[in-house]
Amino acid sequence: MSDLAMVQEDVPGKRVPLVLGKQDFHSVTESVAGIVEGPTPHKWKLLFVLALSILLILLGSLGRLVTKGIGVWGNNTTVGWAWDITGFVFWIGIGHAGTLISAILFLFRQKWRTSINRAAEAMTIFAVMSAGIYPLFHVGRVWFAYWLFPIPNQMGMWPNFKSPLFWDVCAVSTYATVSILFWYVGLVPDLATLRDRAKTKTRQIVYGIFALGWRGSHRHWLNYERAYGILAGLSAPLVLSVHTIVSFDFAVSIIPGWHTTIFPPYFVAGAIFSGFAMVMTLMIIARKAFGLERLITMRHLENMNKVIVATGTMVGYAYAVEFFIAWYSGNPYESFALMNRAFGPYKWAYWTMVSCNVIFPQLFWFKKVRTSIPAMFVISIIVNIGMWFERFVIIVTSLSRDFLPSSWAYFRPTIFDITTFFGTFGLFMTMFLLFLRFLPMVAIGEVKSVLPAADAHPHHDDDGHDAPGSEGMSKEPVHAA
Amino acid sequence: MPREPERNKKGDRPAVDAGHAAAKAMSEAAVEPTTSSTEADSGEVFALMGRFESPAEITHACEALRDAGYKHFDAHTPFAVHGLEKAMGLPPSRLPFIVLGGGITGLVSAISFAYWSQAVDYPLVIGGKLAFSFQAFIPIFFELTVLFAAFATFFGMWGLNRLPTFFHPVHTYPSFHRASDDSFIVSVEARDPKFDMTKTRELLEKLGAREIGAVEA
Repeated sequence: MSDLAMVQEDVPGKRVPLVLGKQDFHSVTESVAGIVEGPTPHKWKLLFVLALSILLILLGSLGRLVTKGIGVWGNNTTVGWAWDITGFVFWIGIGHAGTLISAILFLFRQKWRTSINRAAEAMTIFAVMSAGIYPLFHVGRVWFAYWLFPIPNQMGMWPNFKSPLFWDVCAVSTYATVSILFWYVGLVPDLATLRDRAKTKTRQIVYGIFALGWRGSHRHWLNYERAYGILAGLSAPLVLSVHTIVSFDFAVSIIPGWHTTIFPPYFVAGAIFSGFAMVMTLMIIARKAFGLERLITMRHLENMNKVIVATGTMVGYAYAVEFFIAWYSGNPYESFALMNRAFGPYKWAYWTMVSCNVIFPQLFWFKKVRTSIPAMFVISIIVNIGMWFERFVIIVTSLSRDFLPSSWAYFRPTIFDITTFFGTFGLFMTMFLLFLRFLPMVAIGEVKSVLPAADAHPHHDDDGHDAPGSEGMSKEPVHAA
Repeated sequence: MPREPERNKKGDRPAVDAGHAAAKAMSEAAVEPTTSSTEADSGEVFALMGRFESPAEITHACEALRDAGYKHFDAHTPFAVHGLEKAMGLPPSRLPFIVLGGGITGLVSAISFAYWSQAVDYPLVIGGKLAFSFQAFIPIFFELTVLFAAFATFFGMWGLNRLPTFFHPVHTYPSFHRASDDSFIVSVEARDPKFDMTKTRELLEKLGAREIGAVEA
């Protein structure tokens, strides 16, 4: 049990090791690469067909939208933004957990991230893709979507750089780009592993191309780890900026219920909250389906649950502060908007949101709930529903009761609102299933580096344990604090 | 080494090389130590390689090679073994300077582009605000700085590593596939002034390397 003791020495108190069982370098390679190399599981095929069918629903709905115009959605004159922007913010929010796990937890030297970061990063990219559907198609004439970018029009006019909507274009496209770069950098050594293990020529060539001829040279690792650390450092403020800017879409306008300074931190907390819930939903299924219980352990799940309860409480605090400020500011429009939110025609949505986001996650204070797979699975889904409602409540309640009572209207979604949103899950699932099938879903190299056997100097407790990228930054014993 | 990428543009090299070049190196590895001293003079040999099984072993081996005065040697490991750069006597990465350059380029281009397009080329008065009020441009400055810095990191890192290089002589070492699995492989290049087929091999043997063998350039 000396190896057990060594894993534990990085943390105060007694904690379970990051990787369970007698794992050596080869068994880690086997258990992860084996998933990609083995025969296609039957269940995977079934799920893939299901995902593709849902994706077809998306394509059909978008086809309808493009041929008929955005009138196929239920948006009306007052509620000019409805399910489209709700879906966009929902998916962008989910996309935050991946970068949070890969960048911020990395910078804080949270080694437990190594088992889940790859899948979470993949989830980020696919969530951002799903989110991207909305800005792309809400322009109606999708072939003019390039107008979003800073290109002068036929009169030589530029897009307005002072508009939060333009900031949003910059933020989301930067975020998508940096997330892909970060993910790919992390993948290269593992792609080299797959290349080296390839049994067929096709696999060898395809993985070989994407592995870029990686040969694990320490001269390369030195630059690689520095690059990984820098990308993490760049992504951490980036991930915070993205949802901040998404919240500016609302907060910079003068609509009551939107025009508040709490929006940026509130949105960021909500994004992390929903993203972790989505990672949780996916990881619970994936670890079970692929037998990765020893790599993605209860400790990982429990830690994620702790993040969920923390961010859920922050979100609950933000709901309360909105009300407090509405009263304290003495602004009648603001207090009307908030009262209308909680007790107006959309009160059912508001209270669904509160119960899903604030009440249910509180169950994670109990260790029994925090460590029960069925309980956390259910709660993770509840949180995702709640976070969808949060965006819906913010967007629709404020718009449906604007400054001119004669234009007040109740928003009802059309079938195409529903199928478009439902269809984005098809896109997300299709991409995620392809990822599970063809790419290593756990960062093989990084997990090896947290094994006790990875320690080059067993007598120094600060070397060899860290995840890649900590070179040059973790020369001080990080766990001393 | 710069000639490598062109040669391998098609990208099908890994399959081909790992295939029969591995077989070629297999016979190389089987060569007796007595005959290998003659190969050293032929100029064909790229490096002498050996395999270790733990991070501690390869760290020790690299320290020994460094102390013996070798400069052109490398370690091939399945993950970054921390402290190995010290054991190999490597300087820190120059990447941060490239990233700084990328970040500054991003910021300067964001400022100049935003200023030119919004205040010079076609100024618009929106909400009675100045055409160029820097506060409203900060999100864009920030995003573009991050974007350029990230590109600089990405391309700078592969540039410094001279990757993609789809073929490299070390790939022909028979057990090289294990360097991405569970082995820690050292390569001592023949261009090193200290390199000597017999003496280097003896040193590697003494350090406990397994499957010592030469690879051809």
